[in-house]
Amino acid sequence: MPVDIRARVLSNAHLSPDYNVLSLAAPEIAATCQPGQFVMVKPGRGTDPLLRRPFSVFEVLRDTAGVPTGITILSKRIGVTTNLLHQAAEGDLIDCLGPLGQPFALVDPPAEAWMVAGGVGLAPFATVLEALNAKGTPATLFYGARSAADLFYLDWFRDRGARLALATEDGSVGDKGRITIPLERELTAATGKAVTLYACGPEPMLEAVSNLATRYGRRCEVSVERIMGCGMGGCYSCVVPLKDGKGGHHFVRSCINGPVFDGAEIVWE
Amino acid sequence: MGVTTPDLSVQIGSLRLANPLIAASGCFGYGLEYASTIDLRTLGGFVTKGLFMTEREGHPPERIVETPSGMINAIGLQGIGVHRFINERLPEIRKTGATTIVNICGTSIDEYAEVARALSQAEGVAALELNISCPNIKEGGIQFGCHLGGTFDVVSAVRKATHLPIIPKLTPNVTDPASFAKASEDAGADAVSLVNTFLALAIDIETRKPAISNGMGGLSGPAIRPIAVRMTYECAKAVKIPVIGMGGIASARDVLEFLIAGAAAVQVGTANFVDPFIWSKLLAGLTDYLTRHQIARVADLVGTVDFSKH
Repeated sequence: MPVDIRARVLSNAHLSPDYNVLSLAAPEIAATCQPGQFVMVKPGRGTDPLLRRPFSVFEVLRDTAGVPTGITILSKRIGVTTNLLHQAAEGDLIDCLGPLGQPFALVDPPAEAWMVAGGVGLAPFATVLEALNAKGTPATLFYGARSAADLFYLDWFRDRGARLALATEDGSVGDKGRITIPLERELTAATGKAVTLYACGPEPMLEAVSNLATRYGRRCEVSVERIMGCGMGGCYSCVVPLKDGKGGHHFVRSCINGPVFDGAEIVWE
Repeated sequence: MGVTTPDLSVQIGSLRLANPLIAASGCFGYGLEYASTIDLRTLGGFVTKGLFMTEREGHPPERIVETPSGMINAIGLQGIGVHRFINERLPEIRKTGATTIVNICGTSIDEYAEVARALSQAEGVAALELNISCPNIKEGGIQFGCHLGGTFDVVSAVRKATHLPIIPKLTPNVTDPASFAKASEDAGADAVSLVNTFLALAIDIETRKPAISNGMGGLSGPAIRPIAVRMTYECAKAVKIPVIGMGGIASARDVLEFLIAGAAAVQVGTANFVDPFIWSKLLAGLTDYLTRHQIARVADLVGTVDFSKH
């Protein structure tokens, strides 16, 4: 059951001119949040923005005793809400409704989890990695962006035991090109290994990763991003076409049935 | 003088609501989406998403776009159809104790009557709201809502088909909504609700395409409130049956404005997207106001707007 918190901004770390990580005091959300769930966020009390916007929970913050105290969200400046989140200062209050949505179903060892992130699609994977580590599931992060300057938290993931495979469109680090290049290379080499993929990023990337997974006989869960009105199932704005088993599709709400779906069930447009 | 709690109950035809706050159709799913988050019995009632006889898939995304102090939607009345609603949702809804108003749609007058008959035989339906005002689908709805004769005919047909209170939901996309309220009253409606959304268009200037897949859509939110208040006032003056007002309500102040304009009850839609916990805040604000102004019953406030010169 979601709660609505006027969350105090604990810190706002600017990773680049576009990216920031906002830390929010939200113990009730942090305590129950599962990897892949999201929060509906609204900075300010006015009508611009009017609606909340969905953000994956990036990290769960804990005090020295391990008690959950808050969450972070990873944001990239695109519109009015993300601009306000970029400018938010310590002590600001931000309405935060959550946790919402269906989490990733994470595999147990000896199966491996391969996280595939594109750009701001890194957003759910910090909590995912912590949950994988708690299970002892070996984790790899495939992470692609435009250039080396747009790859963040690499040490964070490395320090927590994730194997990294990187790709940049300009070739400044890792493979030159899309993240599917190292992913396909490793899928080809990983015969006999149990691997499940977890992907979040731009829709064309999700489609490509999902199709690769199908071709190599792997399960792939994707976290989709849709324009969302309420996050609660009330408005039917954020629908995703899923296969209906009869060659057609039916629309399901990504807020309550997702945002995590089996990639093989989505009808990619 | 002792402090008394004001009487918040309102009468809509034969239907008594515990308070004047109703969750608007299309903004509250089938109610169950909110049942674990809030106590649905604390609302005066809720209106389900619109139902046809059969399932509808709705429009492809994008279905909404935010605009200044508002949003444009064209969901396309995605829905499970009346039979699945009765079999799969209504038993669960009954358990919540909610006062359930079902929004019904049709592509023909016969379909409206058929949906109404099916729901009249089901247990747990408090009233029917007739969607004759959805701007987003080609067939049905608005064709009845934009013509006085069509409104009269569809309300008359549903009146014959059900004993339940019927509430035609009116469109603001006409010159004179009050004449449609009158036509509804003449055809036997127990109340009218208004306004549905304003037909609107937002364009992506980079692609020069409409921002949502359907092209045009319906505008809601605080942006439309003053026009909705005016139309509520006009309709309340024109008819004797109760008027349920809506359009951009986002605070107790806004609820009070509609009541004073002449609404016997109100519906809240877009604001519920922003804050699913808004209901207790609206109720508290409403109670505070009535207490502060020593108004014993919320019904005493309805239609008390004072146009006299100071």
